[in-house]
Amino acid sequence: MSAFNIILTVSAIALAGYVLGIRRARKAAGGNLSRLHSLPGYAGAYVLIGSALPALLLLAAWLVSAPILVENSVRSTFPDSVRAEGGATENLAMGMVHSIGDGLRLLSDRERTQLTAGFVQLRPMLADKGIALASSGEDYMVVAAQKLVQLQDSSRFWMTIAVLAVSLLGAVLALSRIALRFRARNSVERVMLGALIAASTIAILTTVGIFLSMVSETGRFFASVPPMEFFFGTVWDPRFAAADDPNAAGQFGLIPLLAGTLYIALVAMLVAVPIGLYAAIYMAEYASKRLRATAKPLLEVLAGIPTIVYGFFALVTIGPLFRDFSAQIAGLATGSYHNFIQAQSVLTAGFVMGIMLIPFVSSLSDDIITQVPRAMRDGSLGLGATRSETVRRVILPAALPGIVGALLLTASRAIGETMIVVLAAGVAARLSINPFEPMTTVTVKIVNQLTGDLEFTSPQTLVAFALGISLFFITLGLNVYALYVVRKYREQYE
Amino acid sequence: MTATANAIAAENGAAANSAAGRRDLGLKKRYAAERRFRLLGAAAIAIGLFFLAALLFSVVSKGYTAFWQTSMALDVTFDEAVIDPSAKRDQDANVLLMANYPNLARDALVRALGIDDPGKPVLRDVGGMISNGVRTQLRDRVLADPSIIGTTQTIWVLANAEIDSAYKGQIDLSVDESRRKVNDRQVAWMKDLSGRGILQQRFNTGLFTFGASSRPETAGMGVAILGSLYMMMIVLALALPIGVAASIYLEEFAPKNRLTDIIEVNINNLAAVPSIVFGLLGLALFINFAGLPRSASLVGGLVLALMTLPTVIIATRAALKAVPPSIRSAALGIGASKMQMVFHHVLPLAMPGILTGTIIGLAQALGETAPLLLIGMVAFVANYPATPLDPATALPVQIYMWANEAERAFVERTSGAIIILLVFLAIMNITAILLRRRFERRW
Repeated sequence: MSAFNIILTVSAIALAGYVLGIRRARKAAGGNLSRLHSLPGYAGAYVLIGSALPALLLLAAWLVSAPILVENSVRSTFPDSVRAEGGATENLAMGMVHSIGDGLRLLSDRERTQLTAGFVQLRPMLADKGIALASSGEDYMVVAAQKLVQLQDSSRFWMTIAVLAVSLLGAVLALSRIALRFRARNSVERVMLGALIAASTIAILTTVGIFLSMVSETGRFFASVPPMEFFFGTVWDPRFAAADDPNAAGQFGLIPLLAGTLYIALVAMLVAVPIGLYAAIYMAEYASKRLRATAKPLLEVLAGIPTIVYGFFALVTIGPLFRDFSAQIAGLATGSYHNFIQAQSVLTAGFVMGIMLIPFVSSLSDDIITQVPRAMRDGSLGLGATRSETVRRVILPAALPGIVGALLLTASRAIGETMIVVLAAGVAARLSINPFEPMTTVTVKIVNQLTGDLEFTSPQTLVAFALGISLFFITLGLNVYALYVVRKYREQYE
Repeated sequence: MTATANAIAAENGAAANSAAGRRDLGLKKRYAAERRFRLLGAAAIAIGLFFLAALLFSVVSKGYTAFWQTSMALDVTFDEAVIDPSAKRDQDANVLLMANYPNLARDALVRALGIDDPGKPVLRDVGGMISNGVRTQLRDRVLADPSIIGTTQTIWVLANAEIDSAYKGQIDLSVDESRRKVNDRQVAWMKDLSGRGILQQRFNTGLFTFGASSRPETAGMGVAILGSLYMMMIVLALALPIGVAASIYLEEFAPKNRLTDIIEVNINNLAAVPSIVFGLLGLALFINFAGLPRSASLVGGLVLALMTLPTVIIATRAALKAVPPSIRSAALGIGASKMQMVFHHVLPLAMPGILTGTIIGLAQALGETAPLLLIGMVAFVANYPATPLDPATALPVQIYMWANEAERAFVERTSGAIIILLVFLAIMNITAILLRRRFERRW
């Protein structure tokens, strides 16, 4: 039976167990349900859990471990010459064995017994069935493939038997325990609590997964490129094409990418912070209820628009606009219409990213400004200060730590932003202070290195994980610090 | 403080001796500063709203034309001499697959234009007006019903993307003929056909149904819409139950200790991890380690579910917190177990808030592009994915791929695709707002 059919069968057993459990509990109660410790539904659920949970756990464990065991046992049949080479050769042979195995399944029993001449005979037979094999196959692979097929079949057979047996056994055992004073509810609730705890650890597992996957791949990257060259290198030139040439390992310097990332983030903050902050102050201190009720959600629409849309906006509207505008300016100033702002540039990407960040700054700051205690505001106004003086001399200083936290959170968003820079910042990795020229960022290079065909052995691919872990730690540091500042601030006024 | 003291003194002074001895205490200046400040604030909001309007206007003005596509009603004669010149189609199935269908459409257009005895250059220009997609269109027609060979049928055929652009007025026809892809003869034919109602703009259903194509007129979002739908279902099926379960544990059961503290900090940080890092996780974990297929919507759904989880958890915890403790006490007081109290009383009351948060999380996931690029969803997929394990693309990824196309006609398609994406997002967000309005309760 296939895994899906096994699951269906187990579900059927569990469902039957549920119904039987309810019946048994009702029977035990003898018409007076209040004599039961737990409601009949809990007895049913108890049987359901007893018949499904252990069986499905066994199934999962089997599905994960069996292929590994089977593969190892097949590999042990490989001739020593292949095993000695190890690595890629052995994996290649294993892949070949797998495809021969798939082919063997299509042959009838009679054809399989006729198969004596090894690969030479097998290849045309499988070609007839529409399976093309590479010509590099050897006879030992056919033997291995036969073993593979046989092991897979027996594994599946025993899995079916074992899982169904466990399921039935569980159902019978659980049913036999249903009695008048049996505490079914407590057992069921314990399982539910376990499930709740398991769900809440997924968040931790995700972080651990992020960390482990990136650390292991980064470790492999640092095996071929020294960390010092990566973290302090000033040249980014990964050289995809000449990967075979040992002299052309490529240079993987993080500095130009980091510089581009921070520069674009800086431009974005220069756009977003004044606009967002002034908007927040106006909405918190001046705006009428009606204006606030319309303007705030409208501004927040900016945060809900996917970043790919901003990227496209930068690519087809803002970039050409800046380029043509700069050509006009140059034309007026010098007479030659040479555009000094390029369509893809730090300015374009930073400007559009700034627009995207306005609502982050304004919403976060708005929350923080409105949290400043009323008494401080009233005190200042009562002493005769104008509203703007109150804002500048009382509210902003009081809200400053919170606002700094909000700005840090925004900056971390700017650093991790991908789609806008992919489309609008360009791909040239260089160190420059001219905002009118393209620069590239860490995120752009991650995307560049990982789109298209890839193999997980070359430093050209693995460098993306080193970039990713750098990005992860930069943003993590900013976030942790920002959350700490915001929390501190909140405690101050609570 | 001197400024404020002065201000008070000024007020007093003004009250005491009205016009005569009013001293200048900088009130004018301060009020001017006040006005400037206020103006700056209003300007900031106006600028923000202006950017929003500019963004939407830019997309809509470039994209609304994508919903109409120029087509031609041609009387195509399925001529046996063209399709199957040696009459072998009964023996060889390839004959019908390989036949020269574009010529059928070209000949039909020649007849429609009333050209007698066309030479080779004329034929080339006529053929150039018709989309290459006509090959599959007519082939599918014949394969579905071979008996139409020999008959004449009126068929709506897509015009070439250049003709489409010219008809929509997007090509500057005053430019010299050699510098544009549509020549004067074709423009004249186009106007002629348009005048007779043969060539006209029809609603572009292909935009919603076609798969990937290198020709703008036959490129559509069908595969992307289906892929996104699969992913949203996976996200919903995973993130909602896991997120709700995790929040229930953290909010209702968890003891206050180090572990729960760590989990809490963790969730807040996960919400702020750059999305591209989740893409790296998906690549290393699901594709490289677990061996799931690249480009599959299953992997995309898993990655997006992990990304959406913190959003759902944060929203659910807020909704659970909003349920007043009296409900809990009442349930416990009449003998419910803690589990019964949560699942029978607290959770149903928190449901509107949970659903609102989930829909908003789904909307974020729908617009997410970067992680999907890394798990190989940037793929040329022409066929509908039958299961979530088949290669597929997603709406935002399709937009990204079209944005990188060089041909100008793709700009229109890209904007059209963005409009579709934004409409989906708007529907989801408005649903969330309405849900909140309809069911929100204040205790």
